[in-house]
Amino acid sequence: MTTGMTFQGWTLILFFTALVAALAKPVGVWLFALYEGRRTPLHRVLGPVENGFYRLSGIDPEAEQGWRRYALHMLVFNLVLLLFTYAVLRLQDVLPLNPRGLAAMGADGAMNTAVSFTTNTNWQWYAGEATVSNLSQMLGLTIHNFLSAATGIAVAFALFRGFARREAKTVGNFWADCTRVTLYLLLPICVVYALFLIASGVPQTLSSLVDTTSLEGLRQSIALGPVASQEAIKMLGTNGGGFFNANSAHPFENPTALTNLAQMLSIFAIGAGLTWCFGKAVGNTRQGWAILTAMLTLFLIGAGVTYWQEAAGNPVLHHLGAIGGNMEGKEVRFGIAASALFSVVTTAASCGAVNAMHDSFTALGGMVPLINMQLGEVVVGGVGAGIYGFLLFALLAVFVAGLMVGRTPEYLGKKIEAREVKLAVLAIAVLPLSILGLTALSAVLPDGLAGPLNKGPHGFTEILYAFASGTGNNGSAFAGLSAGTPFYNGLLSVAMWVGRFFIIVPVLAVAGNLAAKKHTPETAGSFPTTGPLWIGLLIAVILIVGGLTFLPSLALGPIADHLAMISGQLF
Amino acid sequence: MLKDLSTAARPALVLTLLFALLLGLAYPLALTGIAQVVFPRQANGSLIERDGHVIGSALIGQMFTQDRYFHGRPSAAGKGYDAMASSGSNFGPTSRALADRVTTDVAAFRKSPGSPVPVDLVTTSASGLDPHLSPEAALFQAERVAKARGLDVARVKTLVIDNTERPLLGFLGEPRVNVLALNLALDSMAGGGAQAHP
Repeated sequence: MTTGMTFQGWTLILFFTALVAALAKPVGVWLFALYEGRRTPLHRVLGPVENGFYRLSGIDPEAEQGWRRYALHMLVFNLVLLLFTYAVLRLQDVLPLNPRGLAAMGADGAMNTAVSFTTNTNWQWYAGEATVSNLSQMLGLTIHNFLSAATGIAVAFALFRGFARREAKTVGNFWADCTRVTLYLLLPICVVYALFLIASGVPQTLSSLVDTTSLEGLRQSIALGPVASQEAIKMLGTNGGGFFNANSAHPFENPTALTNLAQMLSIFAIGAGLTWCFGKAVGNTRQGWAILTAMLTLFLIGAGVTYWQEAAGNPVLHHLGAIGGNMEGKEVRFGIAASALFSVVTTAASCGAVNAMHDSFTALGGMVPLINMQLGEVVVGGVGAGIYGFLLFALLAVFVAGLMVGRTPEYLGKKIEAREVKLAVLAIAVLPLSILGLTALSAVLPDGLAGPLNKGPHGFTEILYAFASGTGNNGSAFAGLSAGTPFYNGLLSVAMWVGRFFIIVPVLAVAGNLAAKKHTPETAGSFPTTGPLWIGLLIAVILIVGGLTFLPSLALGPIADHLAMISGQLF
Repeated sequence: MLKDLSTAARPALVLTLLFALLLGLAYPLALTGIAQVVFPRQANGSLIERDGHVIGSALIGQMFTQDRYFHGRPSAAGKGYDAMASSGSNFGPTSRALADRVTTDVAAFRKSPGSPVPVDLVTTSASGLDPHLSPEAALFQAERVAKARGLDVARVKTLVIDNTERPLLGFLGEPRVNVLALNLALDSMAGGGAQAHP
């Protein structure tokens, strides 16, 4: 274990980034086929399933929906799914496939979990191996891992149509988008992916534990279960809810360096593909590449800072004679580079899986994941959520550019007017309102102050991180926080719900609004949205909006923690 | 608005049911069936047997306390390596509890006052079930193990190096030693004193 960054570590980071860029087009091509509703080679096998689903549920996949109907149907579907999972968790003690006889989940815990998985957050107040039965894992949780991801992609598709269509009243059909994405994209990849994970050592069994006796005669019971099937979609759908408490740090979820690389890639694969799909949908793939370039630039800055800080290690421990980078809360098989990289990937996207404990990162190393979430996880981002969140910032960026040159802003041939900008700001304002408001509340109320494990500024960061994670629908945690209380279960449910649907509905309104507009031909005066100037402006708008809003909270938490750390002050 | 709501009811209810059957039951159960036939060892936890007894999983770290075995990292899972309660310590960088724990562990491992200790030997892993040590942390314990077994230190060090896994392609993963595999190799060494319980 060396102290300081290594050539090997940077090789990993750059190799990973290159793979993400290489995946954008192939995944994007596939996504575009689904966006357009074209036949794919998989239709031969799964086409009858799709048609059967439509027939049984009375769906006409060709019936176009306006944005209001699209949004309402999306909301109703998610609400029904939420209630379904709530029921499964509340009844798990009497349902089958509960070999260890686990009790039913309490009302506040079950509601928090149902909201959490519905909103693609997958925040977990509980330890999976001790609380959730095999049936609940499969039937209650895995289903959301697929459908919350499909919902995100469907909303992104609707927004793409808003940009692509001219003087149109509709943005697509929610049911068709959701079903196609699940059947032709998520499910087939997950079957192959899960088999790879099983071959690498991830368990897939209906038994729930095995008893062993060590060489020294000590007993060890080892929790098992249908892990791989959950793990595959947990990563691909940027869900992040682990089968076990330790999530992707657990050797049964993520046994090798190769599975670790695959997990990181699968977090980013669809998000990167959606940027290409967007470019194709609006008729110029360079528009998509410009967005991906801005995203990956922000990503590399974050990965560099976290890797640098973690590799430098904790001076407090150096002083005590423990020499090396910061290995508290990290696994040896991943080491520092792959742990730092994973933490930035999982928070840049709204995944929230962890292969190291973010709570034990150095102060600034742990600040990068926090900032990623506060910015709304628009760096590649969650499946669907990343690109639609990013496009809101793009609307702000063209608006700012328009103000600077004194013209009505345009983006992709659409005039961006007051209504779109208001809706974009409304959606973006949800983040600080929920994150800062709920953090402030928890930092003064006794129930909130009872939560943190660590004292001093790090304890405040634990609370701030929780609400950034909940609102951003991330799900990772500074896990020292005891969040399994009615207080935190309740407030975090609110944060997760608001952070998901109070953004999606304005996004769909923007989509409907844009679809109805005429096409404005590009002129010499139009601001070009593909070159370096545009990429720079995008990055600046994201950092300035995020920086101005959240810098004070960072000063109270991680920055104060850093100053304490380098001066040897303990709490 | 009302019409939008009423038209959503049937697809929402029926699709929930159909997807629950497909994604919540058919998908995981079919994979379980395939896994049990094609990859039975991995699918059931990569268990290791010796003399007909299951002694652990190749992937899950376990507690070693005797001087004659290599010890894994400190563990925050339950009371230590509790594989029903995976967990990290979640101590932050400025935590006094962390500093106190590391002080105690460094004192236990340190060979002379002021000498450094490999960091992974005194830090808890993320899962509390880390099956590995860095080669440095394993070599650090070679003298103790050799002494307890009456073996030549050089032989034990060679065994550590022979059991070191290298990064894939030179950059994927870290050099590491699986503690259980190393201890099994120790026990099967000629003259390794496998039967000589203390």
